[in-house]
Amino acid sequence: MSLGEAAAARQAWKSKLFADGVSMAFERDGKDTPVLENISLEVGDGEFVCLLGPSGCGKSTLLSAMAGFLTPTGGEIRIDGEAVRGPDPRRIFVFQERGVFPWLTVEGNIAFGLFKLGRGERERRIRYYVKMVGLEGFEKAYPHELSGGMKQRLEVARALAVNPDMLFLDEPFGALDSITRLIMRRELLRIWEAERKTIIFVTHDIDEAVQLADRVVVLSARPARIQQIVEIDIPHPRDLSSRRYLELRDGIFQQIGLAHKV
Amino acid sequence: MSAVAHPGKWERFFWPIVATGLMLAAWHYSVAWTGTKIFPSPHDVQKGLAELLRKHLLWSYLGDSLRRVVIGFGLACVTGIPLGLALGWYPAVNRVVNPVLQLLRPISPIAWIPVSIIFFGVGDGAAIFLIYLGALFPIVVTCVNSVSNVSSVYRRAGRNFGLSPAQLLAKVIFPAALPRILVGLRIALGIAWLVVVAAEMIAVNSGLGYLVIDSRNAGKRYDLVVAAILLIGVTGLVLDFCFRRIEGFKSVRWGFFHST
Amino acid sequence: MNFLTALRPIAFVAVLLVLWQIGVAHEPSHLLPGPWGVVGGIADLVRHGLLLKYVVASLFRVTWGFLLAAATAIPLGLIIGWYRRAEMAVNPILQILRPISPLAWIPIAILWFGVGDLAAISLIFIGCFLPLLLSAVNAVHGIPEVYLNAGRNFGLNTRDLLTRVFYPAVMPQLIIGLRITLGVAWLVVVAAEMIAVNSGLGFLIVDARNAGNRYDLVLAGMVLIGVIGLMLDTAMRRFERIKSVQWGYSEN
Repeated sequence: MSLGEAAAARQAWKSKLFADGVSMAFERDGKDTPVLENISLEVGDGEFVCLLGPSGCGKSTLLSAMAGFLTPTGGEIRIDGEAVRGPDPRRIFVFQERGVFPWLTVEGNIAFGLFKLGRGERERRIRYYVKMVGLEGFEKAYPHELSGGMKQRLEVARALAVNPDMLFLDEPFGALDSITRLIMRRELLRIWEAERKTIIFVTHDIDEAVQLADRVVVLSARPARIQQIVEIDIPHPRDLSSRRYLELRDGIFQQIGLAHKV
Repeated sequence: MSAVAHPGKWERFFWPIVATGLMLAAWHYSVAWTGTKIFPSPHDVQKGLAELLRKHLLWSYLGDSLRRVVIGFGLACVTGIPLGLALGWYPAVNRVVNPVLQLLRPISPIAWIPVSIIFFGVGDGAAIFLIYLGALFPIVVTCVNSVSNVSSVYRRAGRNFGLSPAQLLAKVIFPAALPRILVGLRIALGIAWLVVVAAEMIAVNSGLGYLVIDSRNAGKRYDLVVAAILLIGVTGLVLDFCFRRIEGFKSVRWGFFHST
Repeated sequence: MNFLTALRPIAFVAVLLVLWQIGVAHEPSHLLPGPWGVVGGIADLVRHGLLLKYVVASLFRVTWGFLLAAATAIPLGLIIGWYRRAEMAVNPILQILRPISPLAWIPIAILWFGVGDLAAISLIFIGCFLPLLLSAVNAVHGIPEVYLNAGRNFGLNTRDLLTRVFYPAVMPQLIIGLRITLGVAWLVVVAAEMIAVNSGLGFLIVDARNAGNRYDLVLAGMVLIGVIGLMLDTAMRRFERIKSVQWGYSEN
């Protein structure tokens, strides 16, 4: 992306999601335990944002609230100017714990959200997304016959098939081996560049965040607050040994309070 | 997981009391409205219980039933656990014995009554034998499954540290299988309690099961029948509760974390 | 598995039968028959047309009691499992009813239904109702929340959520519950027939003993009970092989 293109992109920037002073507390043993504290964040249309923070800091809670599965105890989340009142098929959550339905085949899973479409269109989309995530030949297979990476791709395909304008991904590649994880990141970026969905991606992996995101939102330990928002101004495909990449990554390491040495 | 928000603490007591109250009221009024002379109201049952206490039948029958269960269940543990562990340890033997076990298992312990009467006559021996049979199969089957389900990682770790087969069984396999075995034993104890009541209805003349059948046969005392049924339920619940305490011991706790 | 290992269980059974024969020869009362006596007993039953009649009578009662219990207990259990307050409310009552032997209800069953099929069916119903109810409740508790959330995310209304997520998610556990409960029904029918009716395999056992110590028929009845019970269990296990429920039976 040239500087001129970047400027044009910034001009075209349109707000998609706006979290306005979001707080969340859970009741535990009769006491209110705060999980999120006054989180304000604006995400642009078509932007790829990573929420980065230590394990158990509440980033998944924030994502669930954005997707409408949880209601914030304070503040409000608006998408396209409308307050979020519950889950919506226009924005699909890809679950950390493998949300593919084990009683449906690969085809059945991809077709799950397509019940409003006619048969022809449904078939067409199934074929298209099976191919996109490289599951050809496994259309009739059940999830327990697939590897972890295949299940993860299937879940992404199921989400994309309903053509949502937003994707929420909760540490989607956490359980994969490191090679599959790299491949999946590349796949996700390819899909994102082709379809330009707004993506909010939760991870605790600093490298993953810097490789993927337009902006990395660094959260503190529980209760989560926004510590810093880092803009990753490197065009894709990113060179993982470039100076700028290492600079940004090490900056976040320091921000979190870790000297990056083993 | 549930459709609605977390219930408050007070609701833990509120809803059970409401439901029990409603049930007692429904029972009371349906007896009153149908005007039955035979089926007892809750109040009749309460009087029946008082009568059993007065005649010193309650504690003696309860004691008889418990004695039979403890002896029958104890014998089933003493023989069934080693047998089950051995079968689990030697899968080849298990494959040979298993078909016979599978064939014997669906036979109601009660169906053994004629055979047990030949060997033990009418009396405690026959009842205890039936309880023994009822508890034995579940105990053997859970022990076999618990041992064969012990993760091979544990076995290898044990062998890696140079344990002999006997040590491996005592120090690795048994402790690893224990949580599942205890669950199986608790289920077997529940079955023993089901069987004792049934056995007492046929094969002996004391105990809570005998109380049920005798109260009916000797003068249609349905108040005592229902009182006996309630006593059976409460006692079974207490037995189960006591056994759950054992599962609470520290060394076996790990196995139950995921099940709840 | 090679041919010789496949023969081992048969050899084991043969050894047991020989031991049985020897044991019977040394039994003082000479009431118990040997294996051949039992075969003769079964042949006797066939000759008198009783075998089929009694087997059908027992299966008839089991079928009705079991189906009635399934039709009522499973929907109720699914509802109770879903609404936590309902479960809180009925739990103490269920826990007290559970340890009561179904046979203990015999006097009440006879009072309401008389001596006959209906009493036996009602006992089987009672014996199956609670196990099915509890397994339905547990099946609901076992639904991973992520499936329901995913279903809602795709914009399913309540009815679709029930048919497309809730039912398939509880199915594996329900099938196990049904299989175990059918085993219970088979235990109960035999016991119930020994007391409350005058046909069926349980009646055969008690009647053969009371009417002239025909222990060959007693044991023939027991063998039949074992074989049919095993067949019922095997038949129910077939449901666990359906592709869309297999996921529920992994090692963990």
